[in-house]
Amino acid sequence: MPSSALTAAHPLKDVAASDSALRRFLHGLPGVDAVGLEGRAASLGTRSIKTTAKAYAIDLAISMVDLTTLEGADTPGKVRALGAKAVKPDPTDRTTPSTAAVCVYPDMVAVAKEAVAGSGVKVASVATAFPAGRAALDVKLADVRDAVAAGADEIDMVIDRGAFLSGRYLKVYDEITAVKEACGTSARLKVIFETGELSTYDNIRRASWLGMLAGADFIKTSTGKVAVNATPANTLLMLEAVRDFRAQTGIQVGVKPAGGIRTSKDAIKFLVLVNETAGEDWLDNHWFRFGASSLLNDLLMQRQKLATGRYSGPDYVTVD
Amino acid sequence: MASVFEYAPAPESRAIADIAPSYGLFIDGEFVEAADGKVFKTVSPSTEEVLSEVARAGSEDVDRAVKAARRAFEKWSALPGAERAKYLFRIARIIQERSRELAVLETLDNGKPIKETRDADLPLVAAHFFYYAGWADKLDHAGFGANPRPLGVAGQVIPWNFPLLMLAWKIAPALATGNTVVLKPAETTPLSALFFADICRQAGLPKGVVNILPGYGDAGAALVSHPDVNKVAFTGSTAVGKEIARTVAGTRKKVTLELGGKGANIVFDDAPIDQAVEGIVNGIFFNQGQVCCAGSRLLVQESIQEELLDSLKRRLSTLRLGDPLDKNTDIGAINSEEQLTRITSLVEQGEAEGAERWSPACELPESGYWFAPTLFTNVTQAHTVARDEIFGPVLSVLTFRTPDEAVAKANNTPYGLSAGIWTEKGSRILAVAGKLRAGVVWSNTFNKFDPTSPFGGYKESGFGREGGRHGLEAYLDV
Repeated sequence: MPSSALTAAHPLKDVAASDSALRRFLHGLPGVDAVGLEGRAASLGTRSIKTTAKAYAIDLAISMVDLTTLEGADTPGKVRALGAKAVKPDPTDRTTPSTAAVCVYPDMVAVAKEAVAGSGVKVASVATAFPAGRAALDVKLADVRDAVAAGADEIDMVIDRGAFLSGRYLKVYDEITAVKEACGTSARLKVIFETGELSTYDNIRRASWLGMLAGADFIKTSTGKVAVNATPANTLLMLEAVRDFRAQTGIQVGVKPAGGIRTSKDAIKFLVLVNETAGEDWLDNHWFRFGASSLLNDLLMQRQKLATGRYSGPDYVTVD
Repeated sequence: MASVFEYAPAPESRAIADIAPSYGLFIDGEFVEAADGKVFKTVSPSTEEVLSEVARAGSEDVDRAVKAARRAFEKWSALPGAERAKYLFRIARIIQERSRELAVLETLDNGKPIKETRDADLPLVAAHFFYYAGWADKLDHAGFGANPRPLGVAGQVIPWNFPLLMLAWKIAPALATGNTVVLKPAETTPLSALFFADICRQAGLPKGVVNILPGYGDAGAALVSHPDVNKVAFTGSTAVGKEIARTVAGTRKKVTLELGGKGANIVFDDAPIDQAVEGIVNGIFFNQGQVCCAGSRLLVQESIQEELLDSLKRRLSTLRLGDPLDKNTDIGAINSEEQLTRITSLVEQGEAEGAERWSPACELPESGYWFAPTLFTNVTQAHTVARDEIFGPVLSVLTFRTPDEAVAKANNTPYGLSAGIWTEKGSRILAVAGKLRAGVVWSNTFNKFDPTSPFGGYKESGFGREGGRHGLEAYLDV
């Protein structure tokens, strides 16, 4: 697998040589027509996924969930419960796949790590002064190192939206590369743009390229903490970005929509977007994730329905 | 290409469209046999299965229908506009209620995907009746002076590519303005018009206001030349349109013609590429390219040619061709064997003239009429595939260097129905759109229809407008 950072020899490396070079590159990307983008996302949403295709999609979606708890009230008990659920989402059916990861705050990484030990489930942690990202770089890096030292396999970082919106792209770029370095070789880096705050699709495309150029292993829509989180349209746009980035650089980057995806039906629509935009190379939890907490139970209920022909109900899946 | 995420078949049930073994002509509110007893079969293009046997109208039937329409005209045109509106609103609501049934029926008879009949055709059909229902009592305010008068009996001939939608484009404004109608659907797609006849009865429309005569070109010719027809409306090929123009020349008949096209879809180097690719696909592969306003000539700025074609080819590889009743099908069947033959021969001519042909890996079903989505590159203005309307899923790609060259090439066609412009620069959209000789110019979109928007062509693409306020004028004595 190629290293995710561009090597010094790569032609695109020079685009980050200066703030103005970076701006020229990002503003030279093709524009996004909002009506057309949303229309395409809506039309892919009308794909009818039934029977065997649905069973496949539900299992795939379960295996892509980053089971998440990001509350101020999180306790070790809550995190242990979450870890157990990630490993065996449905105790009544052992054929149910594990989720991809559990996602917690840095101080809970060690607890989570222990809870999922030996299962293959990863531990992801939101570092870099999540969710606002309003802290000095040193503080953010310390946050990251702390999580990595506690054993985090993945770091979900937020970008400095203020810097991005004021056009200081190089500052954002430098922060991402610094965090990437702090992740070392052991942790993969997910870069969160908070697309709801970036406001325009052009900005989301620029942020996607900025993140990938700086070495993101994953680009992620949002924190789940603002009004507008993952949507089919912004995810479609990011899938186009990773597809184009791989075509230009040979480097594959993952995509993670997060926040607001609650039903199996929604999740399947996202998988259709992946399938028909980036392609089947991304239909794997190494390259696509769902940042979600309540989605898993709906997937489990739909899975039980497919297996038994009947709907069970919320009491037949665990609350967390 | 086998995919890891195979979509299982998701067919719409065909049982909802209850097709009778035989149908008559709809004259004066009744289904009747043809005077000479002739019938013809209508088949499903995707399977070649015979769907039903339909009475075939001859000149005697045309005369009967025109007489019925003439009798009905006296009362219908004397109704207050608000009364006519009630009937139209009722028809619109019944169409909405029966839209699933009509979508399935149209897909069976025409071969187009259920996705399109369900999401495009039927909503537009209902919208046209709603829109013109709204005009029926406001004709004094339409800008044609006070109390504009209807023309009388409208003889209407429609094509097979959008059977029900073209019926709506013709019948809704005719009835709203107080005319009565004799309509001949195409011989390959008569069924939805016959279902519409049933809807007219369900709505309690007075007898003779709408008459439907399934049949061939001879019936169309008899209708167009009937001395008691006051208005002729035709959508179809330019060749037939010219024939009609000759027939009505020197008579007092009013005429509107919606004919062929060879629409240019112009992509500038600053276009939103991903959306342009979608627009190109929608422009030429919507309804298998059997669309008179299809964007069948792609004019791409040379500097982005390679990038755009790569994206386009990748996108075409994801198109799903097959059973039109499957909700996941993007490309359905060609409407008839005759049309398939025409497409095939034009494409072979394109190859023989040196254009480069490309299609994605694509398995075609064994029965039915199918043609894989096709691209031609290395096309010049001199090639047949850049000049003739193919009316199939075949896109010719040409290049240009400057906006002036794009405009010159776009206008260099005997047709002038539609065009598209793709650029992020608003001033360029306005500058280029003003220079294009086409009835419809879409910017950063393609093949979008709306009842409020007039539609019609220049040059050999026809004359007159349908849709919008302009569409009323064609049915009023103004």
